[in-house]
Amino acid sequence: MRFLFKTDYEDDIRLFPHSGYVYSYGLLLAVLLIAPYVLSSYLMSQLVFVCIYATVGVGLMILTGFTGQASLGHAAFLAIGAYTAAYLQQFNVPFPVYFLAAGLLTGVVGALVGFPALRLQGIYLVIATISFAFIVEEIMARWESVTNGNEGMRVKAMQLLGTTVSRDGPTFYYLCLAVLVLTIVGTLNLLRSPTGRAFVAIRDSETAARSMGINVALYKVKSFAISAGITGFAGVLFAHKLSFISPEMFTLQLSIEFIIVILIGGTFSLHGAVLGAIFLVMIDPFLTYLKDDMPGVIAGAAATLGAGSERAGHIQDAVAAFASANGLKGAIYGVIIVVFVLFEPLGLYGRWLKIKLFFQLFPLYKRATFKRQKIYVKSERNR
Amino acid sequence: MSYFRAENLSLHFGGLKAVDAVSFAVEKGEILSIIGPNGAGKSSIFNLISRIYPPTSGKIFFEDQDITQQPAYDIAKLGIARTFQNIELFENATVLSNLLVGRHRHSTTRLWQELLFLPSVRAGEKAHRRRVEQVIEFLDLEPYRDKLISGLPYGVRKVIELARALCSEPKLILLDEPSSGLNVEETDDMSFWIRDMKSELGITVLMVEHDMTLVNRVSDRVIALNYGRVLAMGSPSEVQHHPDVVAAYLGA
Repeated sequence: MRFLFKTDYEDDIRLFPHSGYVYSYGLLLAVLLIAPYVLSSYLMSQLVFVCIYATVGVGLMILTGFTGQASLGHAAFLAIGAYTAAYLQQFNVPFPVYFLAAGLLTGVVGALVGFPALRLQGIYLVIATISFAFIVEEIMARWESVTNGNEGMRVKAMQLLGTTVSRDGPTFYYLCLAVLVLTIVGTLNLLRSPTGRAFVAIRDSETAARSMGINVALYKVKSFAISAGITGFAGVLFAHKLSFISPEMFTLQLSIEFIIVILIGGTFSLHGAVLGAIFLVMIDPFLTYLKDDMPGVIAGAAATLGAGSERAGHIQDAVAAFASANGLKGAIYGVIIVVFVLFEPLGLYGRWLKIKLFFQLFPLYKRATFKRQKIYVKSERNR
Repeated sequence: MSYFRAENLSLHFGGLKAVDAVSFAVEKGEILSIIGPNGAGKSSIFNLISRIYPPTSGKIFFEDQDITQQPAYDIAKLGIARTFQNIELFENATVLSNLLVGRHRHSTTRLWQELLFLPSVRAGEKAHRRRVEQVIEFLDLEPYRDKLISGLPYGVRKVIELARALCSEPKLILLDEPSSGLNVEETDDMSFWIRDMKSELGITVLMVEHDMTLVNRVSDRVIALNYGRVLAMGSPSEVQHHPDVVAAYLGA
């Protein structure tokens, strides 16, 4: 175990507390950079989605994890980013311009959503953001002159510096990775500055934040705008990756997936957004694998246990029918959320911290280290 | 003119007069205590000053400026900091970041500068940290810098809340029951700190307190309240022996 001896205020400001972090993140970056030359094209495609989902996750983390304002409307912000890109593309606007425009526009919309949200708390805010998402979905379906309605819009391949960037190529992957890394660095910078601390203050006690001179309304709007803007940037990449967008892609289910990303990753750290995105994107091929192979495996096991071949065939059909039932994916998501909330409220990143501490302190690790003390002195807050 | 002044301040919840036409003045550099039985309206006065509630009627002046209509977040910018009866710290943050939030009213950096963490932001952070360290030294909080609030005992939290208020470099500090929940030794420390705040840092103190030992030890003047009205005002011993105050505490 390493003990840091702090000798300078800089020690509490820098992004990497000690050289170990530099090496491990450097190694991670190197692995990510050579990934396109090693991994199959399917896994590469999944990795691009991990980057996009993680970017949205970081955006949502700023709003929900750090400012404490829940949102089930982030699919709408993603849609606004995606549609802005697709719309501007028709007029041969170059990529960097419509990329920035999409982020800015989404940020402005986010700020506008933030204003009515100022008066809402908790579950009411969730309902307000859901309503906002439905309004956006409806606008996308009806405003045919711009969005082409339910027929959706085709998104042309990206033109960057005079070359065409294929949505399956390594360049597109590097671009998504760069956007993710820049988002994370920007967010970390924000979190170590007065604005980030103001966000956390609002999350933990609005009354105290106000009495410390924080303009709570202004910072909530800022948080909404930043979160939406990041999601808008991710929306442009999302549109390019799918090469076709239509209103039914940006439904409540997508917003829930974003919530899953931060909930499963762990809502108190940016690591959580990335881990949650990996989990959510990679669970899809895993479920497909289960669906395709599980019936055969179970039937094989039944056969070895002495069931007749006819009986094994029946079992295989029954399991296959179950595995391809409608709504199974949603149910599995639901179960996962419940299990995490009950047994690992700190998420995957919390679990990782525990494992790390176990090895650092071996053999002295105590389970109680992470136990939260219940506090009974809190009275009803004056909101 | 007085440094801080409340004029005919009232706060009514329907028919209940939590604060009823209370007037008082605080002179620069003094320690003024407000005492009174439970429900007398002491904390309500604080909540009126820090604009958590808008007053039903009356005015509040600070440094000859009418602050009755200022938004709550502006009160801190004017140099009035406060602590809370039931501790309102940022639970899931470290002690350091709690204290740095206290510096918020002095931060000048803009959002885009912070996103890039420009040298100006870095320099600002270090300057804030330097001031925070002075407060940490003043209140002996060195062992707790990197600890999360949620894991700290009550007595320490109480001191951290005081520290957070001091980090904003206030001119006037409102202490809402600084000794509640503290043991004798911690209360002793608190009384030293309150006096040092006045003599070393030049801060004017307005405090609500039940512990009469602490009140007697630090206060220059005392106000006694009951049912939202001022019963008596004067030196600690005068107020304690005032017949109305004795009646309010012991029954007529």
